[in-house]
Amino acid sequence: MRLELRGITKKFGSLTANDHIDLVVEPGQIHCLLGENGAGKSTLMNVLFGLLQADEGEILIDGEPVRLANSGDAVRRGIGMVHQHFMLVPVFSVAENVVLGFEPTRSLDRLDYARAREDIRSVSREFGLEVDPDATVESLPIGLQQRVEIIKALGHDARLLILDEPTAVLTPQEADALMAIMRSLAASGKSILFISHKLKEVRQVSDVVTVIRAGKVIGSVPPTASESELAAMMVGREVSLVVEKTVAVPAEPVLEVRDLVVRDDRGLAVVNGVSLEVRAGEIVALAGVQGNGQTEFVEAVTGLRHVESGSVLLAGRDITNRPPREILDAGLGHIPEDRQHDGVVLSMSVADNMVLNTPRRAPFARHGTRNLRAVRDHAETLVESFDVRTSSVEAPLSSLSGGNQQKVIVARELSRPLEALVASQPTRGLDVGSIEYVHREIVRVRDEGHAVLIVSSELDEVMALGDRVAVMFQGRITGVVDPSTSREDVGLLMTGSTPAESR
Amino acid sequence: MARVRGLWDRYRSASPVTIALLALVLGLVVGAVIIIATTPEILNAWRGAFHSWGAPGHALKVTFDNVGAAYRSIVTGSIVDPPQFWHSVTTGRGWTASLTPLSETLTYAIPLVIASIAVGITFQTGLFNIGANGQAILGGVAGVAVATLVHLPMVLHLPLTLLAGIAGGVVGGAIPGLLKAYTGAHEVIVTLMFNYVASYFMLFCLLSTPLQLPNQTNAISRTMPGGTQLAPLFGTASGLRVNYGIVVALAVTVFAIWLLDRSSIGFEFRVTGANPHAARASGINARRTLVTSFLISGGLAGLAGVTWVAGTTHYIDQNFLQGSAGIGFTAITVSLLGRNRPIGIVWGSLLFAALEVGGSNMQANTGIPYDLATVIQSAIVIFVATPVLVKEIFRLRTLRAESIKVATAGWGS
Repeated sequence: MRLELRGITKKFGSLTANDHIDLVVEPGQIHCLLGENGAGKSTLMNVLFGLLQADEGEILIDGEPVRLANSGDAVRRGIGMVHQHFMLVPVFSVAENVVLGFEPTRSLDRLDYARAREDIRSVSREFGLEVDPDATVESLPIGLQQRVEIIKALGHDARLLILDEPTAVLTPQEADALMAIMRSLAASGKSILFISHKLKEVRQVSDVVTVIRAGKVIGSVPPTASESELAAMMVGREVSLVVEKTVAVPAEPVLEVRDLVVRDDRGLAVVNGVSLEVRAGEIVALAGVQGNGQTEFVEAVTGLRHVESGSVLLAGRDITNRPPREILDAGLGHIPEDRQHDGVVLSMSVADNMVLNTPRRAPFARHGTRNLRAVRDHAETLVESFDVRTSSVEAPLSSLSGGNQQKVIVARELSRPLEALVASQPTRGLDVGSIEYVHREIVRVRDEGHAVLIVSSELDEVMALGDRVAVMFQGRITGVVDPSTSREDVGLLMTGSTPAESR
Repeated sequence: MARVRGLWDRYRSASPVTIALLALVLGLVVGAVIIIATTPEILNAWRGAFHSWGAPGHALKVTFDNVGAAYRSIVTGSIVDPPQFWHSVTTGRGWTASLTPLSETLTYAIPLVIASIAVGITFQTGLFNIGANGQAILGGVAGVAVATLVHLPMVLHLPLTLLAGIAGGVVGGAIPGLLKAYTGAHEVIVTLMFNYVASYFMLFCLLSTPLQLPNQTNAISRTMPGGTQLAPLFGTASGLRVNYGIVVALAVTVFAIWLLDRSSIGFEFRVTGANPHAARASGINARRTLVTSFLISGGLAGLAGVTWVAGTTHYIDQNFLQGSAGIGFTAITVSLLGRNRPIGIVWGSLLFAALEVGGSNMQANTGIPYDLATVIQSAIVIFVATPVLVKEIFRLRTLRAESIKVATAGWGS
């Protein structure tokens, strides 16, 4: 399909989300739309998928102007969309999900599962999208769930696929597999519109990269453009992509974890005898493919999950199985993995979120009565010094972009008296500018003499940020290595094998 | 002109207050439709409407007369009857009759404000207290018990009576709160069922010594001595029932504003209600928050019960807070109407009290059943709960994000 957008403009009140956007996707092309969070990428995709109506401009499919009043129109015209958050029924099987909405039936209105399965198998074979049609969706890893979404779109005879930040939820291996699939789809003539803000993968897979910023097209470049060129186009200024830090000067151990055993909700020991030491003034990065116990490990350290056996010491004090409030007050900063789930209250103001875990502390409250003036002043200082972009500290947190929500959490945690900081996936879903910022802050915390533990499934981040890299696999630490170790060796540790040179 | 433009913009921006007022308008429209559909006189007028010239006009007139009379008697019965009021102003006589409607509305609103705030506090914590009525009953029983069975000077006796009411409600709130905190029992089921427990417990007390009125076989309590009553605001001689319970209601409102907007514990309630996961990660003790919320809610519901008895009947019988008099149930809808916020709840309570009191007057004056008031109340709540519908009907601009925030969160979570 050849898709052309001409002068698409979409306004929300006084905000112009899309400002005369022109874009052409040729048949068989992987076209990347690159931009920071809030640049207007999602708005444009929603216009293209019929979920929003443009105020101006037109959409042409194979040279013919079309009107897309709703997503049904878009699907009929051959546009398929894979959302960032999957639209699947978790308890249904893959086959049931794929046929949902246009179920093949036999006589007497009985569902024809045999045909559904066969359809899935043929799509799977054609594009290398392997998945078991009878598996229940919720039992599949995220990467496979995404495949189901793609199969579903292909099942509706999509000729143009929109992938909205598809790698945000994937492990590096899953992301690689997805790129292979994208290439094979493009080779068979499907057009792909790929939305991302990750420079590396954009350069890897795209044929053309169009950068948008503040609702406007900044330009289209070939994928051979350097990362720093792309980043500069995206952010509008030069951005440092390497983490600048001096050699760590580790002092005494602050966070000591000994023989930790933690069970998950199903009762399986997903953390199985982990010992780890983080010293003052160093960053330890915990690497590993997601789902190898890192989440439960952090929950146990922060008091959110019961420790079966073993101990956690913070500055020499035993915090094993203490209530979260006590652990926070003992000086453990925590940037949670899923910030909207665990880190903030979206309906509350920026100011309230800034004191979410210190509401009773002076000067924010006295004798059980909050001092709203002090809370507001505190928030204003932090908004200023951490450069949080918000209309006011009274604005609900939901009105902030993802990057700025994360800044609120970072500001809150770093403004408390700290011994150690535990940051889980601190830059997940953030744009280049915000990632640079968060990394700088984390290094600053280290340089102030605090112990820092980073948990990340992004290998680049782990290698760039860590002074030591601990690799976790199936609930155990398979190795603690220097960040100068080759990516291949770390990759081997992530799969449980021991490379020759490390111990 | 600029001023008019500003007003128009404010109307179109669909603030929660605008939505509530428009919901009231729509509720009255629904009420009017029901009056038209159920009043034989109007239907007969329309049946003949197309047979002769002038008949449609006549039918319209009959319609407007009937609907107008119904709504007029709701207003005159609940707020003020202008001719009567003018009569009092000019002659200085008949003040009791002039002020009775307003007095009755306020009298009914007093316990409703307290009970609705009780419910609103649990809603803000993400919990459902469907048992406010049972807690109010327990509060009433405990209050009457302390008032009739203990002998103390008034300065101590009245406060102690009110405290007993609070204590009764606290017991009623503690049980579901503790059951949920320690066993995970769903508070909706427990509180709902506890209403029955409370009703039968009350019946048991009313039929047993020492609470039962001596030498009686009916389920009726002793009468509270004068020193434990919330006296009429303008003296017994005024004939107006509005009483010092209004002071209690105002105090509760001020307390609730402090609790929800200014206190640390209230902040923790709201964080827990809005995002229990973040609350936990922030070190808020979920169990303690849940139990505290239920204790405060139960205590206030109990206070509502004892304030009603001490301010009006001064005794309880088997009909106490039963059926349509169950203010603890009305409180749930009033709390939703007021978006679980104290000031909103005060306005909501006044509106519901006015419809309740005015509805009786309408039945007496026009023969339209009192139940119409309930229909209007229900319709208002439905419209408030569906702001999108109201917005569509009145072609309002897109709702501001905060105004479509669903009033209750946390069912089952």
